[in-house]
Amino acid sequence: MSTATVVQDRKPSAGGVNRTFLWIEIKRMLRNRRTIIFTVFMPAVFFFIFGLSNKDKLLPNGHSYGQYILISLTVYAAMTAATGAGSQVAVERAQGWSRQLRLTPLLPGAYIAVKAMAALTLSLVAVVAQFVIGALAGVTMDAQTWLTAGLVAWLGSLVFAALGLFVGYLMPSQNVMQILGPALAILAMLGGLFMPIEIMGETFGNIAKFTPAYGIGQLARSPITGEFDWAWIVNVVIWLVIFVAGAAMAFRRDTKRV
Amino acid sequence: MTTASVPAVHAAGLHKSFGKVHAVRGLDLTVQPGEVVAFLGPNGAGKTTTIDMILGLSTPDQGSVSIFGHTPRGAIARGQVAAVMQTGGLLRDITVRETVQLNAAMFDSSRPVDEVLARAGILEIADRKVEKCSGGQQQRLRFAMALVSDPGLLILDEPTTGMDVAGRRDFWTAIRTDAQRGRTVIFATHYLEEADAYADRIVLVRQGSIVADGTAAQIKNLASGRTVKASLPATERGLLAGMPPAESVEYDGGRLTVRTGDSDAVVRYLLNNTGAHDVEVAANNLEEAFVALTGDDAVPESTSITFEGDLV
Repeated sequence: MSTATVVQDRKPSAGGVNRTFLWIEIKRMLRNRRTIIFTVFMPAVFFFIFGLSNKDKLLPNGHSYGQYILISLTVYAAMTAATGAGSQVAVERAQGWSRQLRLTPLLPGAYIAVKAMAALTLSLVAVVAQFVIGALAGVTMDAQTWLTAGLVAWLGSLVFAALGLFVGYLMPSQNVMQILGPALAILAMLGGLFMPIEIMGETFGNIAKFTPAYGIGQLARSPITGEFDWAWIVNVVIWLVIFVAGAAMAFRRDTKRV
Repeated sequence: MTTASVPAVHAAGLHKSFGKVHAVRGLDLTVQPGEVVAFLGPNGAGKTTTIDMILGLSTPDQGSVSIFGHTPRGAIARGQVAAVMQTGGLLRDITVRETVQLNAAMFDSSRPVDEVLARAGILEIADRKVEKCSGGQQQRLRFAMALVSDPGLLILDEPTTGMDVAGRRDFWTAIRTDAQRGRTVIFATHYLEEADAYADRIVLVRQGSIVADGTAAQIKNLASGRTVKASLPATERGLLAGMPPAESVEYDGGRLTVRTGDSDAVVRYLLNNTGAHDVEVAANNLEEAFVALTGDDAVPESTSITFEGDLV
């Protein structure tokens, strides 16, 4: 029976991460048709348009364009998925859900952790989907390459989960992805995910190196290009720090208001 | 029962301004465990602002709040307080049951989801998407969410706004049944009938401060009383000490204003024992008294009966 008559001094709740919370978050994302279109369908269409016709052409180092484009578009799919998942906080703020959560023991850090985990789940779906589509279309790579490229694309998407959270806390919009979608396409292009940096021309090529998708793309493709540069790691880390700091700042501003 | 002496809510000297608007001005409120309190006032009286401060959703400019002896955040972390907000706070894309499950997942210990749904009267629509629920069903869902931590204190901010009569009645039946189990309930409303029907204590707020505070019966008495006005020589002010008890007595510029539940006794005393003249008795109905107590210009337009000085 109810214990409401007796006001116990309960111990304060740790307000944490748990399976129910994470599972409902994941279900919500997978049910969202727009999310699936952006993260699975669109990159697949890009692959069929740009990748399939050039599948058997060769890069200067002997690797196939098909591999290059499949990995690049997988990075694009993962970053779109993670950004989309992070940006859902905009929708939750608009619906007053964030405010409702402040009436529960949930700690802000735990909320962000669950959002990040949900974003990683969705980007994993995106990575696996692209690889399956690529493999079915006839792209072959050795196991090591599939694994390394997949892991980089997947874990690198965390940078974009932070970007999604950052923008989600900044914007009141219900349709935050309508702004982020085109922005991500531009970042993907500048990061060399839609075409090799070498064919962009010198000016754009130089700008590209400082954009957030560049480092992850280069790292994901390194198994097939055989190249490695610490500058790529630096690129990823710096953008991660920028987006996490931005998200933290926007989050604090958001909770102070009301 | 160890903390029975600790008030459910203790708010002292609350002030809150938004730019130039001084929404809450020195509000003090203490609510004992088990009380059902109506926070009654017109729109813009500062009810929601006060509730936000009690819940720790906003910080008072001045003053302090404690809930069962803890800070608002501490009480929330212990699951001791929950709230039913006026609007928002629901995710449209999940079901009723998922909403409650999600809310329950935030607490270390919570009531079973189906029990809570049943108590709020929404068990049969548990698998419905939130966006497909009517306003009244959504409000009962907010109520169900508030019940998951089995809180000692439940705060409702204008819970029946926008509901039809039947929805409102169903909602209050659920709340009332629940309150009988001993939960402390504070609800904000601008409906006089709701405060009258469901609260055992009414706190009337106007322009950010409390103008009246008492049991429903006391407030009703205050509200259904009459106002006696008379001209009284300043030299006879001392005689007012012998007057029958009244809710309020004011004397300003030779004019006496007495708010009383027994206007006959007051008028009889004034005419028999003092030099009072130009006596007026104004009868207020419940609605007018509410407006008078809480309106922006607290001068009621009411039916008044004027007696000539020599009538009695």
